[in-house]
Amino acid sequence: MAKKKKDDIVFAPRGIGEESDGVVQKGVDLPPATKKKHKALGLSEDDLKAMYEQMYLQRRFEERSMQQYQKGKFGGFLHLYIGQEAISTGTVFAFDDNDDIITGYRDHGWGLCRGVTPKEGMAELFGKATGCSKGKGGSMHFAKSENHFWGGYGIVGGHIPIGAGLAFGNKYKGTGNISATFFGDGAVDQGALHETMNMAQLWKLPVLFVVENNGYSMGTAAKRHTVAEIVDRAKGYGMKSAVINGMDVFSVYEKMKEIADDVRENSEPYFVEIRTYRYRGHSMSDPQKYRTKEELEEYQKIDPILKLKDYILSNNVADEDFFSEVEDRIEQDVLDAVEFADESPFPEVEDMYDDMFVEDDPYFHV
Amino acid sequence: MAELQFREAIKHAIDEEMGRDESVFVMGEEVAEYNGAYKVTEGLLDKYGFKRVIDTPISELGFAGIGVGAAMQGLRPIVEFMTFNFAVLAADQIINHATKVKYMTGGQADCPIVFRGPNASAGQLGATHSVAYDSMYAHFPGLKVIYVSEPDDAKGLMKSAIRDDNPVIFMESEQMYGLKGEVSDEEDYIIPIGKGKIKREGSDVTVVAHGKMYHVAVQAANQLAKDGVEVEIIDPRTVKPLDLPLIIESIKKTNRCVVVDEAHPFAGFAAEIGFLIQREAFDYLDAPVQRVCLPDVNAPFSKKLFDAWFPSPKQVIDAVNQVTYRN
Ligand SMILES: Cc1ncc(C[n+]2csc(CCOP(=O)(O)OP(=O)(O)O)c2C)c(N)n1
Ligand SMILES: [Mg+2]
Repeated sequence: MAKKKKDDIVFAPRGIGEESDGVVQKGVDLPPATKKKHKALGLSEDDLKAMYEQMYLQRRFEERSMQQYQKGKFGGFLHLYIGQEAISTGTVFAFDDNDDIITGYRDHGWGLCRGVTPKEGMAELFGKATGCSKGKGGSMHFAKSENHFWGGYGIVGGHIPIGAGLAFGNKYKGTGNISATFFGDGAVDQGALHETMNMAQLWKLPVLFVVENNGYSMGTAAKRHTVAEIVDRAKGYGMKSAVINGMDVFSVYEKMKEIADDVRENSEPYFVEIRTYRYRGHSMSDPQKYRTKEELEEYQKIDPILKLKDYILSNNVADEDFFSEVEDRIEQDVLDAVEFADESPFPEVEDMYDDMFVEDDPYFHV
Repeated sequence: MAELQFREAIKHAIDEEMGRDESVFVMGEEVAEYNGAYKVTEGLLDKYGFKRVIDTPISELGFAGIGVGAAMQGLRPIVEFMTFNFAVLAADQIINHATKVKYMTGGQADCPIVFRGPNASAGQLGATHSVAYDSMYAHFPGLKVIYVSEPDDAKGLMKSAIRDDNPVIFMESEQMYGLKGEVSDEEDYIIPIGKGKIKREGSDVTVVAHGKMYHVAVQAANQLAKDGVEVEIIDPRTVKPLDLPLIIESIKKTNRCVVVDEAHPFAGFAAEIGFLIQREAFDYLDAPVQRVCLPDVNAPFSKKLFDAWFPSPKQVIDAVNQVTYRN
């Protein structure tokens, strides 16, 4: 941390340890969670159980992948979604299955809830031929286009216009489907977002721009990299907007359903800021000096998975037996996935040339 | 001589230049409080404060352009890209503005700016994080392009880059940052831009290799030496301006050449060198110039594919065997 040196001219805002009052600033301010019960939200008991399974799967899948990474089973980047699972889960339950989703490199949770199986996912991390992207993409590029999950992308902001392009396609073809492009608070600062928001509003594209504001862009707190409230970006484009508590799956579900209905009905874009928190480092080598342990613990106390479990138990939707059955089963699924990934073959060297062009025998320059 | 890591050598150069010239400042993503994504700028914030070591948002196009404007005001920005793969977003500022502003205004504005960061691949980071951009930038008039391989070169050339009154692209590699090497502790150590170096003398074949490929060439040369083949390795260090005379002199001696380049083959550095050699040293060649580069394919993630994709010492050895007719 830099010394508290008095500079007469300063450009970027300073980070932790530099606040004048010494108070730890929270990564994000969560708006209140919905007070509605599941029935009022139109969720059945089975829905709740399925939501829990989905969130628990995402969590265990990533915890196990982290272990495998540390064991040296695969390399590259590994950006974990842990802490943010309510967003993918709430959204996918709120959307129609044919609605299009695209996201950044923090994409495992999105893949899993759009039908990438734990086996296909783990094999992709391992770079195996059996992975969802045949081992060519790795952690950052899970995809399942047949389920309208168009993948994770590695250039910050690069996929934002593409999400609007999916909406363009839906409007052009008259499918009635909508699309949503998910990105981080850091990506809000990319010009691509602003160009695309303008066109989306101008052309009335049925697209949701959704910021998963987890408080940090790599080692930079949101208030150090972006001005004002992120959600207010919408105002300048005359776009509808909302802020959602992303640590609560009911809140995500409720609002995303309303918004999806609105976007579908009116063919108009929406800008959504979902506030959340990432528990792990940015990728695997991050000493996390930019935040305090206390801050992290604040959010872990309101963990979205534990919260749903408590709700299910206290509303007698299911009992402890249900949880032990589900958790054991998922644990086994994930372990099976690890074994599957480990035992799967690598792609053949010649496979490197596949998927470059549509032709069977394309030209490659030598 | 002091032994320094590659990242330290760059930092020392930046530190020295910041120390001697108030107008030099650093900006980029995570360069200040995080001390650099790859710790190249570690400690600079402490030393020079928030005015001169500036964290930027993820807005490559914007901050590259702010750098260009600041340079037109007479400042000397060092703009860090977390990798040159992300500088693609800033290409408009680099290619359409930094390189052209002086010319378009008939010389009324200078643009003394350094764009620096790691170039090319760094292991299994996938298709969007693995491209070598040095040849692409060298294509454009108005840019100097440096892609170094060792700490000593990094130090001396970084100092030159910062002092240069033109836009300079300075390329490094994530995978070389930890590499140690002897660095001259001569006060104010400067290596002129445009000067290559014979890094290994040999009489049988000339291998031209820069950046990360230099180290691949060294491995191949060590192996070939065991078989009695003496490789001369030339590291041009600067891609543009290119030290062509150094390469041609070597070829007049060895009569054979292999170019190792971490780029795709079409219209890359290797292609350019090959052309220049045939033009300048046609009569001296005993074999067609060969090149080792990436296949004409995106970077795959899978380790097995990546290893096959990335140029290997074995490929260099094969190419040397080919030009020396040893196979
Ligand atoms: C154009 C570009 N610039 C920089 C990077 C390096 N980078 C990768 S992720 C990241 C931080 C992004 O933060 P945010 O958008 O908040 O998403 P989060 O990681 O929090 O999910 C940075 C700087 C990149 N991948 N692409
Ligand atoms: Mg973030």
